[in-house]
Amino acid sequence: MYELVIIGAGPAGMTAAVYAARKRLHTLLVSYDVGGQVLWTAGVENYMGYQFIEGPELMRKFEEQVKQFPLDMKVGQRAESVSRTNEGFEVISDKEETYQSKAVIFATGKRPRQLNVPGEKELLNRGVTYCAICDGPLFAGEKVAVIGGGNSALEAAADMIKIAKHIYLVSLTPLTGDQILVDKVSNASNLTVFLEHEVLRIKGDSRVEGIRIRALKTKQETELDVGGVFVEIGLIPNSEAVKEVIPLNRFGEVEVNCASETGVPGLFAAGDVTNVPEKQIVVAAGEGAKAALQAHRYLQRLSG
Amino acid sequence: MAREVKIYTTPGCPYCRMAKKFLNDNGVKYQEFNVAEDKAAREEMTKKCRSLGVPTICFDNEILVGFNEEELRQKLGL
Repeated sequence: MYELVIIGAGPAGMTAAVYAARKRLHTLLVSYDVGGQVLWTAGVENYMGYQFIEGPELMRKFEEQVKQFPLDMKVGQRAESVSRTNEGFEVISDKEETYQSKAVIFATGKRPRQLNVPGEKELLNRGVTYCAICDGPLFAGEKVAVIGGGNSALEAAADMIKIAKHIYLVSLTPLTGDQILVDKVSNASNLTVFLEHEVLRIKGDSRVEGIRIRALKTKQETELDVGGVFVEIGLIPNSEAVKEVIPLNRFGEVEVNCASETGVPGLFAAGDVTNVPEKQIVVAAGEGAKAALQAHRYLQRLSG
Repeated sequence: MAREVKIYTTPGCPYCRMAKKFLNDNGVKYQEFNVAEDKAAREEMTKKCRSLGVPTICFDNEILVGFNEEELRQKLGL
């Protein structure tokens, strides 16, 4: 039985792991990947200590630091459920492994939200993508649609300006991203913006051939002839595993107080999966540190 | 028998790196094609493998898109 199981190895989980290991807690870090959302981040310019670093490189450094310490690490497994036991918690993974612990830090982050329109699932990897940085270059010289109005959508659009023939930026709302990015896309000659439009369906047989969109106000429908669809409509929390033990807020996030505590004693949460405002690497890392120190305090009280 | 494993990648793609690391760690030899630069390889990936996502990993009659360690392990018999 572990003293602490940390679920998720993004900035929050890995920082928590280092803090827990320094407190000599018998710790398991279990995660599907190492790095989480930062793996999709091309450049990071606001993590202190580095004026510029690539996301995956920063996460390699986090991982190296975690591995300095003698803790158990299981990668390639998602936590399917966290439940309470007499002695603490039981975590069951999608590999049907079971881990017992006295305390848990839940730091599973967020994942891309899907449109949930016809054609989206069928045409995944056939023109529909959630990873603009991965698949962008495949659409060189083609017409593409970027769906969304926040920073990720604007960044994807800004990247595609240089390589695609034409970009249609389709957003349900006015553009909500940073002004610097809005300016960048507004000045591009090969980009058309459709604000307050929803996507009705993605069309194509063996690959994407177009999308159908509709204006929210006028209900007027428009057909766009595109070969690629970049879905960048925000993120949803990976909180399913704890939904039986704690109520989630209306965004599906785990509510924590300023001491990283959930409503369940011994269950802490940190990073993007929580209601803590600002989804930033530095914030997640700080929250992870706090959660580990609070978990240590909790375990001390438990044994004292 | 050594099988021919091809992996199509782009430089910014984290899952491509994870897939290559997995192949390296398991001693699987592969040929890599950067489809951001190599137009012929991009054509091959989209036409022959009918894939528009990276990483695309092709061997024998298998085409795997994305990096799913378990599936890759199974299909490669590791």
